[in-house]
Parts: sequence; C-alpha cells; structure tokens
Amino acid sequence: MNGLDDLSRRDFLKLSAAGAGMASMGAILAACSNEAGQGTTTLNALFMQQAAYSNTDVQGMVDAFQKANPKIAVKPTFVAYESLHDKIVTAAPAGTYDVVLIDVIWPPEFATKNEIIDVTDKFPSNWTSEIFPGALQTAQYQDKFYGVPWILDTKYFFYNKDILKAAGVKSAPKTWDDVFAAAKQIKSKHIIQYPLIWSWAQAEAVICDYAQLLGAYGGQFLDSSGKPAFNTGGGLTALEIMKRSIDDGTTNPASAESLETDVVKIVSQGQAAMALNWTFMFSLANDPSQSQVAGNVVVAHTPSGPSGAAPGCNGSMALSIGSGSQHKDEAWKFIEFITSQDIQDQYAKLSLPIWKSSYDEPEVVNTLPEVVAVAKTQLNDMILRPQVPSYNEASAALQLEIQSALTGSKSPKQALDAAADAWGGLLQA
Amino acid sequence: MPGAAGTALLLLIPSLIVVFGIVVYPLGRTLYTSFFDVNSPFPGHYPFLGLGNYRRTFTNPAFWAAIRRTAYFTMVSTWFELLLGILLALLLNARFHGRGILRAIVILPWALPTIVNGLMWRWIFNPEYGALNALLTQLHVISNYRSWLGSPFLALNMVIVADVWKTTPLAAFLLLAGLQTIPRELHEAARVDGAGAVRGFFRVTLPLLVPSILIILVVRTIEAFKVFDIIYIMTRGGPANGTQSIAYYAYIQAFSNQLFGYGSALAYVIALFILGFALIYMRLLRTEFAY
Repeated sequence: MNGLDDLSRRDFLKLSAAGAGMASMGAILAACSNEAGQGTTTLNALFMQQAAYSNTDVQGMVDAFQKANPKIAVKPTFVAYESLHDKIVTAAPAGTYDVVLIDVIWPPEFATKNEIIDVTDKFPSNWTSEIFPGALQTAQYQDKFYGVPWILDTKYFFYNKDILKAAGVKSAPKTWDDVFAAAKQIKSKHIIQYPLIWSWAQAEAVICDYAQLLGAYGGQFLDSSGKPAFNTGGGLTALEIMKRSIDDGTTNPASAESLETDVVKIVSQGQAAMALNWTFMFSLANDPSQSQVAGNVVVAHTPSGPSGAAPGCNGSMALSIGSGSQHKDEAWKFIEFITSQDIQDQYAKLSLPIWKSSYDEPEVVNTLPEVVAVAKTQLNDMILRPQVPSYNEASAALQLEIQSALTGSKSPKQALDAAADAWGGLLQA
Repeated sequence: MPGAAGTALLLLIPSLIVVFGIVVYPLGRTLYTSFFDVNSPFPGHYPFLGLGNYRRTFTNPAFWAAIRRTAYFTMVSTWFELLLGILLALLLNARFHGRGILRAIVILPWALPTIVNGLMWRWIFNPEYGALNALLTQLHVISNYRSWLGSPFLALNMVIVADVWKTTPLAAFLLLAGLQTIPRELHEAARVDGAGAVRGFFRVTLPLLVPSILIILVVRTIEAFKVFDIIYIMTRGGPANGTQSIAYYAYIQAFSNQLFGYGSALAYVIALFILGFALIYMRLLRTEFAY
C-alpha cells in the first residue's frame, strides 16, 4: 500500500494545518468581498496625494458623502501624481476603480481608448455657465464631457517679501524682466545663493513651468494648422530664458531634479525668493508648523512677458467614471457630491472651487483672501497644454529635450527642433 | 502504483497551475502581443504588425541609448560590488572581536527593500537638505551644496552608488562562503614557501575564489541589466533620460504611452539579451578549474 495510508501521524497533522490555513484564507477573502454588508455598494476611488486637496480633506469629503448616502461606501486610494496616469491605465481592464481623478491633459487619450466614460448626458447644462471655463476644459474633449472638474488650479507666482526687501527690491516683480532683475540683485547682495527655484524635473511639472513662460512670451504649442510651433518665437525664448537663468546662477541647479513639493520645501526653508507653484503652496509655505518663512510668502499673478500676456498654466483636474465600473450611477452620485459648491466651499484652503460664484462667498474669501483676490483674474487667464490623444508621449519627448537644453547637451533651438520633430510624428499617428 | 502516480500528479497540479499561470501563459501572451499594434490595455482586435515592433526597436536610437546606459550601469555596479565584496569578505573572514556583530550589520543593506533603499539615497542626495552635501561641506571637500541627481551622467553614477551600497553585502557573503572553503593548509604551505600576504592572496586565495566570483558575475549582471525599481524611485529616468535603463524605457512605452505591443517587443528583446548573458556564463561555469 502506498499513498495516504503511509502518512505518519505528524505529517497528517501538518497537512491538516495547511488545509485549515488555506480554508481560513478563503474565509478571509470571502469576508473581504462582502465586508460592506448587504445592500451596500462599495465604490473604489483613485486620488492623488500631491498638491490641491490633502488626504485628510478627501477623507472628510468621503465621510460626509457616506453620511448622506449610508448605502454607498467609498474606498479612496491615494497615489503620487507621477503614478496616477499609469495606475488608471493598468487598472482599466480590471475595472478596479469606479471613480478616477484625471489631469487636464488626459481626456483625449483616455476617451479615445475608452478608459473613462462619456457623461455628457448626465452633465446639467447650467453647470457650463456656473463653472469656470478653464475648469470645464479639463473634462472636455471634442465637445463631450468625460468627467466633472474638481480641482481648478494654475501656477501662481510666489515671492518671499522679506528677501526682496533685504535685497532692496522696491516693488514686487510684475514682469519676467522684473523677476530676473530682482533675482540678480538678490544674488549679488549674497542674501541667498539661488533666488529662483522651479519644478524642472523630468516630469509633467517642467512642461507647466515652460507653458507659463511660453504663454508670457507670446508663443504657442501648436499653430492654427495643428503643427508644433514651440520651437520658434515665444516657445524658443522661454527655453532660452530658462537656460540663461541656470547659467547665470540665479536659478537653483536643483530645479532640474525638483517637483512642486520640493519647491514648497525649498521656499519654506527660506532658500529661494521666488517660484511658480499651484495654489496649495500658499497655505503650506505660510504655515508656521511647516515653514520657516511663514507670513512672508506672497501670492501674485504670474509675471507677464513683453506684450503683457501672463497666462497661468491650466492645471485643473476632473473626476471621471472608469469604463469598467459596475456602479456607474453611484459613482456619478459621489462625483456630484464632492464637486458640489457646498463641499468645495468648505475645503477651499488648499484648492479653490470650480464654481464662479464661490469667489464672492464669504466662506471662501475669508479662508484665503490673498489667493482669492489673485485667482479672480488669473483663473480667467490660462494657457492650455495641447489636447491630443498622444499627449503623454509628446510631453515626454518635450520634457527630455527641455532637460537636454537645461543640462547643456543641446542648444535650446536644437532641443526644441528635435522635440518638434518628435511631435510631428506623434500628432499624425 | 497508479495510485501513487495519481497522488503524485494530484500533488503536482498546484505547482503546474502556478508555473503555467504565471510563467508560461504570460510569456506566450507577451510574445503574441508583441506582433500587434496594441495601443490600449483592453482585449480586442488590433492590427497585425509581424516583426514591425521589433524593427522599430532596433532602428530606434532611444533604444540603443538606453541599452548603452544599462550596459554602463551593469558593468560599473557589478565590478564595484565585486571589488568591495572581496575586501569586505576578507575583513569578515579575519578573526577579531565583534566579528559576529559586524557580519550581522553588513547584511543590513541587502535586507532593505529596494524601494526603501532608493528613497533613503534620494534623501541623502537631496541638494538642499541631503546628508551627502552636509557631510562634504563640513569636511570642506566641496564649498557649496550641489545637485547630485540634476545632471544626466552624474545622476547615473549616483544611482550606481545606491545600488552598490545595497548589493555589495550579497557579493561579500558569497565570497565569504568561498573563502571559508579554502583549506588552511594551502595558506600555510604558501607561507612556508615564502609567500607574503599579498602574494598569498593573488596566488592562493583569488584563484580559489574564481567559482564564487563567477556566480556573483552571473547573478549581478543579469539582475543589474533588468534594473528598474531603484531608478523608478530615485530619478524616474531623468534628468534628460540620463538614468533611463532599458527596463524603465520598456515600462514607459507600455504603460505611460499605452504602446503595449511595442513594450512587449522590448520586453522580449531584453529577455534575449539576458539569455545571451546566461548562455555565455553557463559555458564559463561549466569549465573545470585546474588549480
């Protein structure tokens, strides 16, 4: 006789222990899948933990929603902005997320690949007049809505008024010429070593800073026929200026490895005098528990170029429904709730509402009076990055070439020509 | 007997499912995908390209640039790990007080997850508040804080430093095991013949360590060629693609650009490169060593 009869008592015990272990694992898995209990729907929502609303804010909104809708449970997941796009793509076939946060540059890609759904039918028509146009663009592609705007943001200009004063800069910089002149003055008086810090890491962040300079100098990403045009005129000037400020030592060389959160830290340590950044920097850099220069960081309209143009890079984000979601109606309900004016007004501290009328609400104005004053004009003056399906690849090509120029391996003209070549191929495809 | 065979089969089924499910099927599926222009993660009908994705790979300068960077990373990190590993192994093999504690401490970097290691070094290299800048300025080696991950070639070398720090203990322990198998009589005989410490090392120790060294070379070149996670954490391939390894390049193409067909072809090309290494090394390992 062979087989099981030969098993010793000890082996048998071991096997049964293993079996019991597997059975209990099964039980745990089963418990997980219906943990929410009977009649409840669980929504999985994907957010980012960077800029705009903090994780605590999002959790607060989720709690408020669950209180109002006891039958729907929401499980938020937070990832870094840099991982958000790839996470949405890889989770799409499995339908993991019912609600996903998307950036202004992704609707063409996600819409053409059916990764998010068209919600034009659900989108109330009065919203199109009540929401800032810049925010609406975030969720729009070819006249259809693929989500609801949630974060309305652009890069503002921040400066440390103490450092400017110490350097003898009389009035706050209004133009880019003022900014670089002030930077030189600060440097020559040895107040700080590098007056300017930027988010020029090889990431989308560098494109936002570049877009803002390109807009100020009258450049455009694509010409009227849809061909790349950033390698001439204002687009070229923008990169030449960026390179020059690295060469003359006014820009911190660490910019080439910094993201927006690094900019907040460096400004908060008093090691930079001026920077571009999203709304969230104002509260963080002026928070005494996190910043050594709290109270000194002033927010202003982004500096203008020679023609007076001063658009902010449109960095709005929207909430969309994943195409694989099994609970699209509940997902819409959740999106409707957390994008509502009520909720947005309550959490205005790190991210301003998408609703025009909020900017006159005392609740919002009193939270961030300085930012709201600037936002009122800046939010109507924004520059959009090109809305093309292959944006991610195009942006990566431009990031690479901008960095090639910044690190000196190519001239700005050579770099932008190479990027324009790459875009030519991508936009046709 | 059929009972026994049946039981054997029954017991093998779980591992067969695992092997086919997570090794063979994905391999086949990736190969299949690499022949099509798959541009979304969803199943569906995509245009057949034949070897188009492979042609695109080999004619793409970005691919070759990534291969060159990866080759540099692989060679430099492996050699440093080997060199430092030998020195460390010799130290750990010597008799001194607290050797046990030192052996335990030395293994720590290897025990650290790569993600944690990458984060730690990113903080050490941070241009504004990193420990490296503080150390070097306080020792007056450099006068100003500088950016370590801000220029392409320097950043690649700094990532190598992080990788060497993490992986040297592995090399050291494999070599230490090798050292311990060398009979003491050989050292004694060498000493009797008038060989000093240096000569003894090069004539006795090193030749006998060759099998261990080869194993490290095999394991580390193959591992280093696939490097992904430490780069994802430390630099995300930047600046100016200076640290973009071939595996990171394949990831970007597949998941960020949603070119799953091209990404699959790249994955196969990487696998072919590694297969090439493996064949060469297996040849080397099979050769008998005459002492």
